[in-house]
Amino acid sequence: MDFGFQLSPSSAVNLDTVDRRRYDALVQLEPDALTCIGCGSCSATCTASPWSGMSVRKVLLGLQRGRDGEVDRMLSACMLCGKCSMVCPRGINTRQLILTLCRLDKNGEVVR
Amino acid sequence: MTNRQPVIAVIGAGIAGLEAAHQLAALGYKPVLIEKAPVVGGHVAEWNRLFPDMTPAAEVLEPLRARAEGIKTLLNTEISAINRLKDEYNIVLGDGTTLLCQAVLFATGFHLFDASRKEEYGYGIYNRVITNRDLEQWFNTRQDSRIDHPKAVGFVHCVGSRDLKAGNAQCSKVCCITAIKQAIEIKEEFPDAEVYCFYMDLRLFGKKYEDFYIRAQRDYGIHFIRGRVSEVGEAIDGRVVVKAEDTLSGRPVKVTLDLLVLMAGIVCNPDARHYAQQIGVARDEDGFLESRNNLDAITESSRPGVFFAGACTGAKTVPETLAEARSAALAIHLYLSKRA
Repeated sequence: MDFGFQLSPSSAVNLDTVDRRRYDALVQLEPDALTCIGCGSCSATCTASPWSGMSVRKVLLGLQRGRDGEVDRMLSACMLCGKCSMVCPRGINTRQLILTLCRLDKNGEVVR
Repeated sequence: MTNRQPVIAVIGAGIAGLEAAHQLAALGYKPVLIEKAPVVGGHVAEWNRLFPDMTPAAEVLEPLRARAEGIKTLLNTEISAINRLKDEYNIVLGDGTTLLCQAVLFATGFHLFDASRKEEYGYGIYNRVITNRDLEQWFNTRQDSRIDHPKAVGFVHCVGSRDLKAGNAQCSKVCCITAIKQAIEIKEEFPDAEVYCFYMDLRLFGKKYEDFYIRAQRDYGIHFIRGRVSEVGEAIDGRVVVKAEDTLSGRPVKVTLDLLVLMAGIVCNPDARHYAQQIGVARDEDGFLESRNNLDAITESSRPGVFFAGACTGAKTVPETLAEARSAALAIHLYLSKRA
């Protein structure tokens, strides 16, 4: 039945139910990922960012907020140039982090 | 000026007062510590461990207390009035006696912001909402029925700090690092708990503070969420539901917690302002006592013979407070030597 309006799904993140298994598996393999301060240097220098929205900062945040679809879309745009690794003030090897992340499925299992 | 040993009234026997009194005695003066509480030590005496090295508070306090042993200390003593004479000050104590002194040192410290004033956080309303001080007391006593193997714990930064509406525009400066210290201590106590810190900025300015933060992230997996908590509600099981915006993703977040710790900020001790007013010592725009200038005369007031040490002029760390106490003792020495 058409009521002439519809309800939009909530964009709120519920941390009680969010699935962080992929993030937890990532930080097991790459503990430096935990030290991200969200400064955005990686995104600002990213070669792929202007046309794809790729951002390592957003990838790490998305993993912790259960936004797997967005994470995979961003990862597929990465060209592995490694510029992000050069600018990270915490010294996170972001290029390595992306490669490791690509080996994990959304349950956090190593599949590749 | 008499040829007697000059008397200096030190108001407050927290770490600033204890250290300054010790230094003044060593310089040959007669300090008198006036403390309204039944014990010396102030806020540090209520704390369990101190950032950034997790030093037991008692380790800092004990030597200060020991060195001040021979100094005249009036406990349980309120000040009724302070009068400015020609070049002396007359202090009327609660029991009606008076103390004539050649200099006054304010070591009156701070008050913790009353967290119940931020009603949206529910302190004093919801059982599972506590303050940084309550948590510190639990670390000391291990007695608080509200803290029972929590699985999820949150910390709210800037409660009553950087908050114009609450009348405190200033940053309380030590709460960011205290939140990180307490979050780590909670993780050590309850390794399975998820710990969230809700912050606006993290202001980790001091020596080794950033290292402490990196450890909180990397070694303890504490979650830092950039966003000010907007409201807290109580779930049917007594846990608290916290809402904020995750400003880094631009989305609202909510989380259910077993314990929420409010990082109450630092405000000036109202008694200090009251005494200061009686002798014409001004109050700065931030509500703390006003130094002669904030760069090279932070321990001096604009009144001759009135000096400051520690948090009466603004939020201070322990090492800053102790350094100021020594600096104030020297400033008093210079002042009295000039007059002699």
